Amino acid sequence: MSVWYAICDSLHLEFLSMTFMKNALLAVLLLAPLFGLLSTMIVTGKMSFFSDALGHSGFTGVAIGALCGAVQPIRFAVALAVVFALLFSYVRSRSSQSADTIIGVFSSTAVALGIFIVTLGGRSFTKFNRYLIGDILSVTGQELGLLALVLVGVVILWIFCSNHLILTAVHPQLASSRGVDTRRNERLFSVAIAVVVTLAMGWVGLMVINSLLILPAAASRNIARNLRSYHALSVLSALVCGILGLVTAYRLGCSAGAAISLYLAVYFAATFALRRVSR
Amino acid sequence: MIPYIRKPAGDCEHACCLKIEHLSVRMGQEAILEDVNLHMHCGQMVALIGPNGAGKSTLIRSILGQQEYEGAISFHDEGGKNTRLRIGYVPQSPAFDRGDPVSVLDLFACCIGRRPAFLGFRRPMREKVLRCLANVRGEALIDKRIGALSGGELQRVLLALALEPIPNILILDEPLSGVDVEGMETLMQMLDEIRRRFDLSILMTTHDFSMLERYCDRVVLMQSRILRQGTPLDVLNSDEFAAAFHMGGGARA
Repeated sequence: MSVWYAICDSLHLEFLSMTFMKNALLAVLLLAPLFGLLSTMIVTGKMSFFSDALGHSGFTGVAIGALCGAVQPIRFAVALAVVFALLFSYVRSRSSQSADTIIGVFSSTAVALGIFIVTLGGRSFTKFNRYLIGDILSVTGQELGLLALVLVGVVILWIFCSNHLILTAVHPQLASSRGVDTRRNERLFSVAIAVVVTLAMGWVGLMVINSLLILPAAASRNIARNLRSYHALSVLSALVCGILGLVTAYRLGCSAGAAISLYLAVYFAATFALRRVSR
Repeated sequence: MIPYIRKPAGDCEHACCLKIEHLSVRMGQEAILEDVNLHMHCGQMVALIGPNGAGKSTLIRSILGQQEYEGAISFHDEGGKNTRLRIGYVPQSPAFDRGDPVSVLDLFACCIGRRPAFLGFRRPMREKVLRCLANVRGEALIDKRIGALSGGELQRVLLALALEPIPNILILDEPLSGVDVEGMETLMQMLDEIRRRFDLSILMTTHDFSMLERYCDRVVLMQSRILRQGTPLDVLNSDEFAAAFHMGGGARA
């Protein structure tokens, strides 16, 4: 961490003078590639509704954690989201209903359970607002370490499994005819999303987290012609919009998560306009 | 190269052969497939026909190992030794999202490469994919996005992919649907050439009967069980064929 602080100080930027801003910037730099990478697969695999539902289950996990009196309810949230993800892929493989219907069932159940627990005994919902809006300035050094570990994990997953994950996403039947274990891939990937969504929930905010998981890839698809440019554009746009969003949040005093999402939305609009020209 | 000889059906001695014996698939109380017996030799082109819901796709899924079944599916090579069956599968098109930023090269690399495709390619991979595409005269398609391919082009790309590595049996699910007459002729000629060159068997499902006589060795008519199998002429002129298609309101092409 001290190395990072030294780097920040050497930049002589006004907004980096406070420690929490240095932490927040590092958090953005770690989160952006995570979101950029995951979003490519979420969009290709048509799982955008699924990642949204995972965020909801994360919220329920926080509620259960708080009910049990845990100091760090976020751990409950990660655990519950992983269980939720696995349960979902189990039900989906056993049911003839379409994926979005089953996601809807899970998502609404999770939210209902969360609100039920939080408001039990006439308690107020207010203290959970921070998970809905998110506060990136609250990130601590310890959490940054954890985030770095998750990023390393996802990069390793990508290096070893991305070929098969992509194949499973674009054509499951073709993938399994070539000996790819599509079920295992889907499970691995769902767990990765579950961990990232719930960890980031407190910093980015439940309401906008899904936009970060969809917009980088959705926008990059407008102009990318192959996997390399798709991934590069997605990660790069998440990084640029992440930094811009953080600076804007600092200047205007708004939520960083919301600012980042808005920059990504502008990026989407720009690539959408370019799309007509390039095709 | 092994000369192409038309082998009599049913006799599996001295020829590599895919044997399907007493294959049954049940879903709940309903029998999707019932006691299906089928022998396929190398170099043979076999067409699987039958009305919708006859269990053609279920049979294919069973061979691919994606479906639980009773009975046995085995494969032995020319020496009579049982070996693991290598299947090349060409799924029914169109199946790709038109917007997917996945190029033909990416698709191949995801299937046959070890290096993650999103990091880009080295020259040997590109050359290998070009060689694969040459089998279907599709070298020009290498940098196209899979979503931007026409029905016929996509069919050829998937065929090239199914031929890497060279399989023992090539399975095509409705390869003629969504392809125009000219495209059909090109595709069938290509398949004919491929089975001779690589001495592999080809199993395809189809609703188009106009090509059967010229290209297929054997036609298998099924509806849960096998109603009739034999030469195209024999099956197309049989009472079973008339019953399965005419009475059901289907039209003979």
